[in-house]
Amino acid sequence: MHEITEHLVKNFEGQLPHLPGSDLNWVEAMRRSGLELFNDVGLPNTKMEEWKYTRLRTLEDTRFQPVNEGNGAAKVDQLPTLFTGQKEIPRIVFVNGCLRTDLSDLDNLPDGVLVHSLSGSLAYDPVWVRSYLGRIGQMDSRPLFALNTAMMNSGAIVRVRKGVIVKSPIEMIFVAGLTNVPVAYYPRNLIVLEENSQATLINIHDGLGVGPYFANSVTEVDVGNNANLRHYRVQTENLEATHIGSMHVRVANEANYETFSMSAGGRLSRTEAFVRLEGEGAHCRVNGAYFMKGREHCDNTTVIEHVVPHTKCREVFKGVLDDEACGVFQGKIIVHKDAQKADGHQLSRALLLSDKAEMDAKPELEIYADDVKCSHGATSGQIDESALFYLRSRGIPDALARNMLIRSFMAEAFEEITDEKVRDAMANLFMHRLPAQCFLSEEWTRDKLSNE
Amino acid sequence: MGAITNTVAQVREMTEEKYKYGFVTHIETETAPKGLNEDIIRFISAKKSEPGWLLDWRLKAYRYWLNMSEPRWQKPQFPEIDYQDAYYYSAPKSMSDKPKSLDEVDPELLKTYEKLGIPLHEQEVLAGVAVDAVFDSVSVATTFKAKLEEVGVIFCPISEAVQRCPDLVKKYLGSVVPYTDNKHATLNSAVFTDGSFVYVPKGIRCPMELSTYFRINAENTGQFERTLIIADEDSYVSYLEGCTAPMRDENQLHAAVVELITLDNAEIKYSTVQNWYPGDKNGRGGIYNFVTKRGACRGRNSKISWTQVETGSAITWKYPSCILQGDNSVGEFFSIAITNNAQQADTGTKMIHLGQNTKSKIISKGISAGRADQTYRGLVRMGPKAAGARNYTQCDSLLIGDTCGAHTVPYIESKNKKALVEHEATTSKISEDQLFYLRQRGIDEESAVALVVNGFCREVLQQLPMEFAVEAQKLVGISLEGSVG
Amino acid sequence: MLEIKNLHVAVDGKEILKGIDLIINAGETHAIMGPNGSGKSTLSYTLAGREGYDVTKGRILYKHQDLGEMSPEERAGNGVFLAFQYPVEIPGVPNTTFLKEALNAVRRYRGEEELDAMSFIKLVRQKTKELGISEDMLKRAVNVGFSGGEKKRNEILQMAILNPVLAVLDETDSGLDIDALKIVSDGVNALRSPERATLVITHYQRLLDHIVPDYVHVLANGRIQRSGGKELANELEEKGYSEFAEAAE
Repeated sequence: MHEITEHLVKNFEGQLPHLPGSDLNWVEAMRRSGLELFNDVGLPNTKMEEWKYTRLRTLEDTRFQPVNEGNGAAKVDQLPTLFTGQKEIPRIVFVNGCLRTDLSDLDNLPDGVLVHSLSGSLAYDPVWVRSYLGRIGQMDSRPLFALNTAMMNSGAIVRVRKGVIVKSPIEMIFVAGLTNVPVAYYPRNLIVLEENSQATLINIHDGLGVGPYFANSVTEVDVGNNANLRHYRVQTENLEATHIGSMHVRVANEANYETFSMSAGGRLSRTEAFVRLEGEGAHCRVNGAYFMKGREHCDNTTVIEHVVPHTKCREVFKGVLDDEACGVFQGKIIVHKDAQKADGHQLSRALLLSDKAEMDAKPELEIYADDVKCSHGATSGQIDESALFYLRSRGIPDALARNMLIRSFMAEAFEEITDEKVRDAMANLFMHRLPAQCFLSEEWTRDKLSNE
Repeated sequence: MGAITNTVAQVREMTEEKYKYGFVTHIETETAPKGLNEDIIRFISAKKSEPGWLLDWRLKAYRYWLNMSEPRWQKPQFPEIDYQDAYYYSAPKSMSDKPKSLDEVDPELLKTYEKLGIPLHEQEVLAGVAVDAVFDSVSVATTFKAKLEEVGVIFCPISEAVQRCPDLVKKYLGSVVPYTDNKHATLNSAVFTDGSFVYVPKGIRCPMELSTYFRINAENTGQFERTLIIADEDSYVSYLEGCTAPMRDENQLHAAVVELITLDNAEIKYSTVQNWYPGDKNGRGGIYNFVTKRGACRGRNSKISWTQVETGSAITWKYPSCILQGDNSVGEFFSIAITNNAQQADTGTKMIHLGQNTKSKIISKGISAGRADQTYRGLVRMGPKAAGARNYTQCDSLLIGDTCGAHTVPYIESKNKKALVEHEATTSKISEDQLFYLRQRGIDEESAVALVVNGFCREVLQQLPMEFAVEAQKLVGISLEGSVG
Repeated sequence: MLEIKNLHVAVDGKEILKGIDLIINAGETHAIMGPNGSGKSTLSYTLAGREGYDVTKGRILYKHQDLGEMSPEERAGNGVFLAFQYPVEIPGVPNTTFLKEALNAVRRYRGEEELDAMSFIKLVRQKTKELGISEDMLKRAVNVGFSGGEKKRNEILQMAILNPVLAVLDETDSGLDIDALKIVSDGVNALRSPERATLVITHYQRLLDHIVPDYVHVLANGRIQRSGGKELANELEEKGYSEFAEAAE
């Protein structure tokens, strides 16, 4: 076994009694099968086609320790929420992998919506959890998913019952950092929307301080018949953080799944979305934006599978890369045999601001049915010089003109977010990454992107 | 309507022909013993009276090869190849005394080429095309040699070039595809038998199209030809390559290497119509076409353009590439790949932009029918010094029937903000509306499909030299035969 | 106000302007006419400071300052305005936002207070009305989906709002029907004053019926071949450019 692999699992036996669901045999069996798979395959490396462009250097260099209760008590001055100052938003908050009831607020949950921590849920309704947990995603050849399965120690379990329409967004917040030694933590989320239900969920991963830590998160999502889930993800990890997050989603008949991943920080981050359109009329929108600086590395990898006829997907990923940052986009659309009338469209565009920035893209189509409409587009380039000159010739200073063009470049991605409040909040967050932000006049920081 | 009726007639004519190149020539051959070892390599080298440095190079490659593993990243997978169960040298006996002119060449061989539609007697040949005919491991004849020599163009079998201009061969052989490149290319470096050599001197525009016709005839024989084309400063050459093989039940290996080099302001246009035996309907037999083709635009403003029409072979593994080293150099790749029945293809290109203001264009049209599976795999890389570089890629796939597969796997890597990369790809089925429209006008379904596909491929077909365009268009029709209904 | 001395400009290493001399005083309107490829657009881009237009010899003085030393936005701040022949489309940036950013940037250069949202809207409304521009155009992204005429009107709207000292109009008449031409000309004429100057670059004499110049210069093969009063424009309309093109060879 490789030394790094060994290090990451060495505390497994010692940890086991303290991990959620330790009293349940099936949970332990699940953990052991994850451990075995991780031991067999080891840490992903660039020789694996799926990891060609992302080397997990940070994991090779650092020895991460398991989190303890002291880590969980770290002081959080400001809660990283998309809705600052709004008290009525239900949220569940974890700090360094520990549930923080003092920061969470689940009092306003509407009837028919259940939100628990992983351990809470395993205590409250283990039979129900068992019918979903680990049954949506495929662990094979995904060693970090397997590692999460072995070590999962936090995370939220959300259940929206049949026909329930949840108006308010629900936030699942993960804060990490401020530990004396580098730590690793493993959130495992499960989101189940039963038939005809609707909800908006937001996963936030935020980092405190400057020290390194490793967040390995897995979210399993089940969108039932005719249900509608908006699932947004914000990642603002600290400068030395390593974040590997994956989403495993299945979408049933006439159901909709919309996701948007905003990556705005982290030394090395990778967000994976594996979506299976399993019911006729299923529809997904998998979108994202990233803005990387310094020596940050950001990878967005998606695999969307059209399993049955009459399914539709749309993907838009846009990113800005400055300094020596590196962006990766790998997007695969698979149309299975007999999944006729599949409609898939994917777009990846990157803007390079610096001579040392790098972009690697691999948009893939894998198609086994003939009556399909699938396409992808990928571009990489710099700011449009003629547009820049035009703006400057009207007196707009160079730095501001550049920011305007970056903003306009990103607009196409943000427009994909159908929830207006989230769209504005995400765009605002993005604006704070722009260089020389002080140049922007108010309406740029405050207002909408669209031409209202 | 003239063009349409014409095409339809052609297609009809084709449908009766099946793989018309599947015959075997019965001829006495001289064959090296089965299997691969250093002695076989020494045998091949001795047969060609090669200088010591070349034998050393071959042996170096062979020893390196022994420790290499097969590339496994491509989509088509196949059983381990038993390299000891093949012949690495086979030549018609009549060729062993090296005929001086066409009149001395075995008439049986000449007949073979005639049957393939490639007459070798100069007076019968299409004016303007010089042909090098390679039969298994040796070059049978090269036409118009004298005429080309008048302007200083060297066009001859590579085994002859080793004798005639060893310095050029020594300088450039393996300089684009090193002997360590990949298992198939390394094997080729060890055992290559023949192939074409072209040198176009400074300032010369080659007065005619050059062409090589490869034929695998012998049983259980691999073909390992090696082509080297050098276009010196301010020169131009257009080169065509065609290939066929008899119908045999076992798979045969074709592992060729092609190296192109262009110096300042030079241009090479390389066109291939590949029609190796694809195996039968059930996927039995057929050629494994594992080819490494690469060009280096070494000079400023130089250009390499690859055009390929791939219709044959059981498995195609081929990525004609351009390394754009010289500033302002240009690389192009135009491809039509058609797979039918049980054929598999994993093909595409690599455009490596190193110099400033280098440009590349990729147009790929893939058509998959029957139970075939096809992958476009392409790499576009913008190096840190490739300021002002541009790439445009358009990849379209067409599926005919619901049992085939079509895949697109582009790799796009940019390390320069001043480089612009644009990639687009689509996959769709053949348009019912178009088919219905044509059929309503009285065109039968199969011809209608051929017409629509020809339209789909038009952009690439236009790139082919005239002499090849018609043949390629016919091929499109034949290859899809039996794919509808 | 503007003094161009022996100006040589090269683009991609190729010399396009080969020694231009031109003096424009405040209050004057000059027209530069010339055949295609004579260097008209090169001159306008050079005045606005586009990258890649290298002044290899000579210089441009604007209000006694070396224009060549200034960035495009500094030139704009100092009152140089170029109405583009092909206005650039900028998706995602609303026209109003663009106008406001530009106006406030220019006002900052001039040491003036930035306009608040209310006064800005008022100003824009007034100008759009005067120029017969629909408010819908303001809401859309800059030039995206605009017709040729709309784009040109948008240029004139920007000019009216930024209130330049030296306006350079590059082929502003191309693609305009007669009504649009009138609106655009009226917009330009409204700005004429003793403190300002206008340089009209055009292939055809048509625009000069509406914006009557004080001086006309013929540009061919990178040099000014002849200068005269407005009657020169009429002469060119009759005879064409052939004699200059030949003379220049």
